[in-house]
Amino acid sequence: MALLGLRSIFEEKTTLMKTTSTLSIVAALVACSQAATAGDITGKVTLKGTPPPEKTIDMKADPGCGKMHTETVKTRFYVVGSAGELADTVVMLKGISGKSTGASAAPLVIDQKGCEYQPYVAVAQTGQKIVVKNSDPVLHNVSTIRDKAAEGNKQSNLAQMPGGADLNFTFPAAENFLRFKCDVHPWMFSYITVVDHPYVAVTGEDGSFSIKGVPPGKYTIVALHRKAAPNGVEQEIEVTADGAKSDFTLEAK
Amino acid sequence: MIGETAAVGKGRGGFVFQVTTDPSHSPWLHRFVVLTAAATLFLLCVGGLVTSHGVGMAVPDWPTTYGYNMFFFPISKWTGGIFYEHTHRLVASVVGLLTAILAAWVWIKEARGRQRNLALAGILCTLGLMGVRTQTMFIVLASVAAVVLIYSFWKATHDPRPLRWLAAVAFTAVLVQGVLGGLRVTQYKDELGIFHGTLAQLFFVLICAIALFTSKWWNETGGVSRPTSEVHGESQTPAASVSSAASRSVRRLFLLSTVLIFFQLIIGATMRHEHAGLAIPDFPLAYGKLWPDLDPQSIETYNARRIEITAVRPIQATHIVIQMAHRLMALLIVVCVVLVAWNAKREVDPVLKRLSRFWLGMILVQAGFGAWTIWSNKAADIATAHVLVGALSLVTGALGCIICFRRLKVPVGVARASDQSSKSGAGAFGVNSATALNP
Repeated sequence: MALLGLRSIFEEKTTLMKTTSTLSIVAALVACSQAATAGDITGKVTLKGTPPPEKTIDMKADPGCGKMHTETVKTRFYVVGSAGELADTVVMLKGISGKSTGASAAPLVIDQKGCEYQPYVAVAQTGQKIVVKNSDPVLHNVSTIRDKAAEGNKQSNLAQMPGGADLNFTFPAAENFLRFKCDVHPWMFSYITVVDHPYVAVTGEDGSFSIKGVPPGKYTIVALHRKAAPNGVEQEIEVTADGAKSDFTLEAK
Repeated sequence: MIGETAAVGKGRGGFVFQVTTDPSHSPWLHRFVVLTAAATLFLLCVGGLVTSHGVGMAVPDWPTTYGYNMFFFPISKWTGGIFYEHTHRLVASVVGLLTAILAAWVWIKEARGRQRNLALAGILCTLGLMGVRTQTMFIVLASVAAVVLIYSFWKATHDPRPLRWLAAVAFTAVLVQGVLGGLRVTQYKDELGIFHGTLAQLFFVLICAIALFTSKWWNETGGVSRPTSEVHGESQTPAASVSSAASRSVRRLFLLSTVLIFFQLIIGATMRHEHAGLAIPDFPLAYGKLWPDLDPQSIETYNARRIEITAVRPIQATHIVIQMAHRLMALLIVVCVVLVAWNAKREVDPVLKRLSRFWLGMILVQAGFGAWTIWSNKAADIATAHVLVGALSLVTGALGCIICFRRLKVPVGVARASDQSSKSGAGAFGVNSATALNP
């Protein structure tokens, strides 16, 4: 009887393994077919009009910061190229949720270098690890305290000594322009937009962006800039296997 | 002998301060209170610099400082915003200690027996427990202090010798104030910051009031207006009456202006602790208009044009409305204080005349600092000067109210003459009180 029981369990296990393998193969095939048909969205964001002039940052409050710079340090609200190319604009697909691959994505690294946050604007997925480093010989406090935090996203204010261990953050909810700042050096701040999917990018100094691996279909794409478009400017696009192109022109008010 | 210094009560002419002579008046106690008031003003200055520089969170922990006992935090680490925040904490500790000494001193002077021993034991016990530098201990102490504060305030309004209770209010208030400041850091609550800023102003007023009550001038004024027999503890002379030190119109105007200034300081504290920077960057107009546009499109445009060095929040319509309220309230206060100075011209008391003129000058300087704060794009030193002069304006108004509302006991004949003169518009006394009482 006992032998018969064992045999039955073995047969059930074998059947289960076969079914699982079949499902895995199907899923892999679907993923491959999607990857094969998915396209990239590329485009450029430009600023029309003249933005207000940036201000000079005086770092004399901490001589340790001042001596790390030989050139004048300015604020970075509008980083604009000669032809109006606008950097630090977040471009993402709208209306997608629950598609985050943040848990398996490479960590986003933010460095405090020269008493400035590098980068100034970045994007991360929900659940993605965000590592904050301190490459400076001075201490900083890393504060994520903000006016309105998305529900579930914690706020904290942590000390980080020079050469101290990296600080790790993870945010479970989507939130635009989540602010990291240092109160020891109040000119130091950075914004991270957290989204619930991987279809997001930040424009570089040439104003261009590229969102990779978007499944074919119709989408709403939105461009967000901290100053020029805090509520976003939207466009409707259709992504095919060849991808799609989407350019934005934001206005300096 | 334990002398009475001041009492608060409700008389026929409204709310009045009873003034009596304190024969054991201690000039050294008065000097010590003045020192405490000066230290408090300095603390307000450093606290103002913390908010003006936007560095209230530069030290993320409390009551420790970056893990250190705050008294042993290395000076080499006092950089950037830490310098202001840590200095604020240290100066606050000094003010707390001075207030504890003040309270003990007053209780030694003003009380006897078991009550005095209990008060002194309470002060010493509190100071000892503050050596346990944990957040829990401070919260427990502040909770007990809040209860004692309410009780002491109630006693101060009912006890014929209120000075010791006012000192108790000061001691418990400084403890609550310190813990509020700490919790503002650990709980990330701007609302606590607004309350902390407002309580600081009230504490400063209280210390200055105690300085007034312990002053030689205050006690001498009471002494002059009373028959000599009462000064030595004998029964009151029947031929004495009670009169206020100022006419009703001046009293009311002083009180109204002081209340308006207090509300103005709350508005100011709200603006500063919202961390939204300059909600309106121009003055005397607002975004080029008498009343700025507040629709969402305009707000977005304002934010797009703002370039701030610190990480301020985007402004909202409410921030603009609050600043407009601050401007309009400033205008109203100027008008009220001009009326105070104008009406006080008819007062006989030279102190009130001088005080009202001084107050008007201070209010005009304060209005100037307000405008300069905007024109300087909220430079930290100018904004802090604006906070300081605001605190001094409130104190001047509050002390002026106390002086106006005090009760002076004057001989019947003089009181009658004063009543008649008052009707003819010559003020409360009709003649100089000192001259009338000391012919």
